[in-house]
Amino acid sequence: MTLTHLLTKSATNGRGFMMKAHHLLLTALTFACGFAPLHAADWLQFRGNDQRAVVTDSGVPTEWNVGEQADGSDSKNIAWKHKLPGRGVSSPIVVRGKVIATSASGAVQERLHVHCFDAASGKLAWERQFWATGRTFCHPSSSVAACSPASDGQHIFAFFSSNDLICLDLDGNLKWYRGLTYDYPTAANDVGMSSSPLVIGQTVIVQVENKGESFAAGIDAYTGETKWKHARKADMCWTSPTVMSGVDGKAVVLLQSTDRLTAHDPVTGKQLWTFDKTCSGIPSSVGSSDIAFIPSDGITAVRASSGSTSPEVLWSNNKLSPGTPSPIVVDDQILVINGAGALTAANTKDGEVAWRARLKGSFWATPVVAGNHLYVVNRDGIGQVLKLGKEGEIVSENKFGEPVVATPAIADGALYVRGDQHLFKVAKP
Amino acid sequence: MKTALVACVVSLVCLFTVASLAGPVDEAVKSLQSLGKEGVDNQAATRAWSVAAQANANELTTLLAGLDEANPLGANYLRAAVDVVVDRTLSAKSPAPLSAVESFLKDTSHSPRARRLAFEVITRFDAAAPDRLVPTFINDPSTELRRDAVQRLIDQATSLAKDESSKPAAIEAYRQAFTGSRDLDQIELLTKELKNLGVTVDLPTHFGFVMNWKLIGPFDNTGESAFDVVYPPEKEIRLDAEYPGKGDKPVKWIDHATTDAHGKVDFNKALGKANGVTGYAYTEFVAPQEMAVDFRVGCICAFKLWVNGTLVDGRNVYHSGTKIDQYIGRGKLKAGKNAILVKVLQNEQTQNWAQDWEFQLRVCDATGTAILSQDRVAAK
Repeated sequence: MTLTHLLTKSATNGRGFMMKAHHLLLTALTFACGFAPLHAADWLQFRGNDQRAVVTDSGVPTEWNVGEQADGSDSKNIAWKHKLPGRGVSSPIVVRGKVIATSASGAVQERLHVHCFDAASGKLAWERQFWATGRTFCHPSSSVAACSPASDGQHIFAFFSSNDLICLDLDGNLKWYRGLTYDYPTAANDVGMSSSPLVIGQTVIVQVENKGESFAAGIDAYTGETKWKHARKADMCWTSPTVMSGVDGKAVVLLQSTDRLTAHDPVTGKQLWTFDKTCSGIPSSVGSSDIAFIPSDGITAVRASSGSTSPEVLWSNNKLSPGTPSPIVVDDQILVINGAGALTAANTKDGEVAWRARLKGSFWATPVVAGNHLYVVNRDGIGQVLKLGKEGEIVSENKFGEPVVATPAIADGALYVRGDQHLFKVAKP
Repeated sequence: MKTALVACVVSLVCLFTVASLAGPVDEAVKSLQSLGKEGVDNQAATRAWSVAAQANANELTTLLAGLDEANPLGANYLRAAVDVVVDRTLSAKSPAPLSAVESFLKDTSHSPRARRLAFEVITRFDAAAPDRLVPTFINDPSTELRRDAVQRLIDQATSLAKDESSKPAAIEAYRQAFTGSRDLDQIELLTKELKNLGVTVDLPTHFGFVMNWKLIGPFDNTGESAFDVVYPPEKEIRLDAEYPGKGDKPVKWIDHATTDAHGKVDFNKALGKANGVTGYAYTEFVAPQEMAVDFRVGCICAFKLWVNGTLVDGRNVYHSGTKIDQYIGRGKLKAGKNAILVKVLQNEQTQNWAQDWEFQLRVCDATGTAILSQDRVAAK
């Protein structure tokens, strides 16, 4: 058998079936972009499938204890935990019963890891390692594994601060590899980069903004080829692309830079509208229905009408200034954690403050919501659970025993938390 | 005669079989070695990877050898194929050609990454192998392998240091580790541990930082405009000359010897605190013969580096982090005296964290082993 035969066979094997399956999935995802809270079967990217970090699942424990015994005999509601090599501040994701986490090890975190665990048993299904092709310097508080991976349900797109973008299937087979700093050598930030990729349909959207070559790109999920690429402001920015619904119900991607926010068609990259005001370079926007809540002058809510190149400003409230965590929207409230660790809930309709709660510690991780409970973990690794109602009531504090910077994931009644050293599954027995 | 003929036919059949089995993997490896930028070869790479990942365990050394000539993208495709082959072989509890892989590991003509991967392959099949192999890596050209050997010595020394009577042995182990160390984190740890035991090390010499410079400036960089402006030091090196600097204020070369353990040259201290400015640092480096070297720069500001008039490296980026070995420029030293010129530009940012106007430069080989100027004065 020659290489040609093998390559031809490989190229045609199952491609038709996969394409059909993929189109079905795309259809499902398109409907998912209607933004009703999803059933918590999967958690496909940073802040979940629709990036609102909210699921209806009410089975997640509200109390847990990691314990101190190595065998976990004194733990409570910790289904499993795994030591991870090196460092990582990226969120885990959950895809079809598999938990994906990334980390970086080595003298300068030049070794990139993608781990896949069986969600039920916690058993390591596979691990793949790569050598970073881009720069791996970053601030000690961050990591080269800072960007959260994303999935379209059948592929994993692992992205790193070195701007290595790796596509694997769910069995760990390498589909394609892009080194975006290898492609564009000045695209780098030696403080570290942390923008997480966003998958919409068959496009993986990455935002690479730094003091060198800065751009956003739409990468073909199947081939890794560039579908579109736009220059962005050359400035340090750590925000992630965000999905929201356009006026026609189609998905729109928001790219938030320090000088403006632009909205694009995810397939073509065509700019649809622009919000020309200074925006935060760390917390990302959140979309709810056709309204974008932008970290700008506190929070500014905007809605774009059909054909308009600039959105209507619905309200702005400078008392809602988010710190590092991104805002989230729960029903008719937007929740913001400021730099001092205060959680504020405001009405999405007018931005008026509804209630405030004082949290313990400082935060990098974005809170997540399951059912009527909010889960937020501070940098010291204390997970605080709030019952949401007319106001937020702290119902428990639970220690992970190590720093936590990554935003948790929720799937099938479990909370997945990536600590500085371990990946934890919090679930009832 | 008949026996010989049969043997010949059998040999030919075997050869043909081996060739036909190995062929696709060889071809796949070849096509994965030099992948183009911007994803242009991705589709072909995906197909070739599928073939490479189907290799049998006996072809592991073919995949490993492929890394020798692979570019960084190709190396990752090949590495992932190796991992899949090893996973499959372990899962099937099939034998692996560990002897051949170990021979590959010991052959230092192979690329450092290929050899490191060979070591990891062996370790996955034989958990006891590190005990046997790691101590041999203390001077290895692979910094990843060397790192493990250094760590092993650190662990030994730490254990010895707990017992007062073993402290001389601990110091010796720490010294060996320090001599072998090339990674900053290990070097810093070893420096601290040796200091605790009363031993001082010469960090600038270990790293190969250039400590003695002539400096001149400030020239103008208002509006970050001077990255490509050619000021007099880029046209001529006349150490007794005087030029109009920023605001026409005359500037001339001054001597500067940094005492920083990491060789940092601080223009703010040497020339006066300033913003929107350009400074130059010049030194002469005496090499015993022509050699390829790394010029490794750490610089929080925009910079350019020339060696013997040839631009080796540069980056027009300000206050986006810095660290030792931030930028690695591959260049050449000629036998005898070499002229090294560094241009360092400070912008006009007002934040406290954006006021540093400094750089560091070391000369070393690809493993990070210091290369010292022959007229270097030993540290006191």
